[in-house]
Amino acid sequence: MIALIDYGMGNIFSVKKALELCGAGVLVTNNPADILSCEKIVLPGVGAFDDAMFELEKQGLVPVIKNEVKSKKPFLGICLGMHLLFENSEEAKIRKGLGILKGRVRKFLKGSQKVPHIGWNQVNLNNSGPMADGRWPMQCPLLKNIKDGSYVYFCHSYYVEPDDKSIVALTCDYGVDFTAGVWQGNVYGVQFHPEKSQEVGLKILENFVNLC
Amino acid sequence: MLTKRIIPCLDIKDGRVVKGVKFLGLKDAGDPVEAASAYDKQGADELVFLDITASFEKRKTLIELVEKIARNIFMPFIVGGGVSGIDDIRNILNAGAEKVSLNTQAVRFPELIFDASKKFGSQCIVLAIDAKKCYPVNQLASEWEVYINGGRTPTGIDALEWVKKGARLGAGEILLTSMDFDGTKDGYDLELTKAVSGAVNIPVIASGGAGKLEDFYNCFAKTGADAALAASLFHYGEYSVKQVKEYLRERGIPVRL
Repeated sequence: MIALIDYGMGNIFSVKKALELCGAGVLVTNNPADILSCEKIVLPGVGAFDDAMFELEKQGLVPVIKNEVKSKKPFLGICLGMHLLFENSEEAKIRKGLGILKGRVRKFLKGSQKVPHIGWNQVNLNNSGPMADGRWPMQCPLLKNIKDGSYVYFCHSYYVEPDDKSIVALTCDYGVDFTAGVWQGNVYGVQFHPEKSQEVGLKILENFVNLC
Repeated sequence: MLTKRIIPCLDIKDGRVVKGVKFLGLKDAGDPVEAASAYDKQGADELVFLDITASFEKRKTLIELVEKIARNIFMPFIVGGGVSGIDDIRNILNAGAEKVSLNTQAVRFPELIFDASKKFGSQCIVLAIDAKKCYPVNQLASEWEVYINGGRTPTGIDALEWVKKGARLGAGEILLTSMDFDGTKDGYDLELTKAVSGAVNIPVIASGGAGKLEDFYNCFAKTGADAALAASLFHYGEYSVKQVKEYLRERGIPVRL
């Protein structure tokens, strides 16, 4: 069973039915006990960073999320749900993030590109070539059978900037080459909306559902 | 590379897809759930659903229909028509829509754009504008005037000023419909679309007038629009989304195929 955290920040329904189509049992919840008893956690999110952290704090979800991630439960953050994994955001005036991953959330600079970044863009796998030391990076299990250059649906004005570049699993070019996916142990995050990305997105969710 | 989007639009009245010409003479064009699934399979980049009945007592059935459609498609989904406030927006997003479009209510209460984008994020607030060419007597800065109430009521508001204001208030995207070209199949209103795209730094969806494959090409090559919306052309099966995209790709417009 996957705990799909419903903290009042929209978009729960689409994620739920996409996960179900991938064969998962989904429990939509904001109850810490449920999150404790499920095998996996998905944190979706549409909206503003401050509001989202405020809701997580108010509903007493911050400690249970941190503990469960620490105890190696597979965790997937989608869009704002991925931003919240980091330490802080340029979007936030008051609150800090969960700080599970080191780094920050930045805003696209207004310039030649339109902001928000909305639409279908290509993602590049970060394991398409050897690392500086000549070793090939491990393939992120979430991206099994995903081709380099696949199109996924983005809808955002902010992007994450991890301190540790080795956790970057996917990048995307939108004026800047920004991080579109992260992977660190049991923690996964995607900037795009897999639940809205037709075949490619469903494949990614299926990979998450099939993680042991 | 970010691709140009092709977006079928479902105008919904009493639970059915309908289509008119210049906002009048509505004809039945099929079942919305079936149409939505078909467009998902054709590789549409997004779907727009506009409730043109939008009367108060029908809001509940609208939400049910949105849920039903959302259950069957895996692409982004804009819902609009009669959206009156934050609660409406929340209900629509919770029903599985990705974005909500505001039109009449945003003109009446522009602060709704600000409140909604602050609450739900700019990326899910679409400002829909129905614009019509006006004559100098209207004393507007540009040549286009904003209409509300499904194109029935002129506002005296300049379309270009309004999109700029909407973007400033936090709208994340503009859905621009040319009332002069809607349903005519004479091609998109290139002049209007170009003027609006140049006025704001947020994505613009062009709507109204698609009738031939060249119309899509002209829209992208000549206006700076990010997406092109079409209704009857797809509903009556004249072209599939895939055919449109193949045509565009051959002519060097980036599309997702």
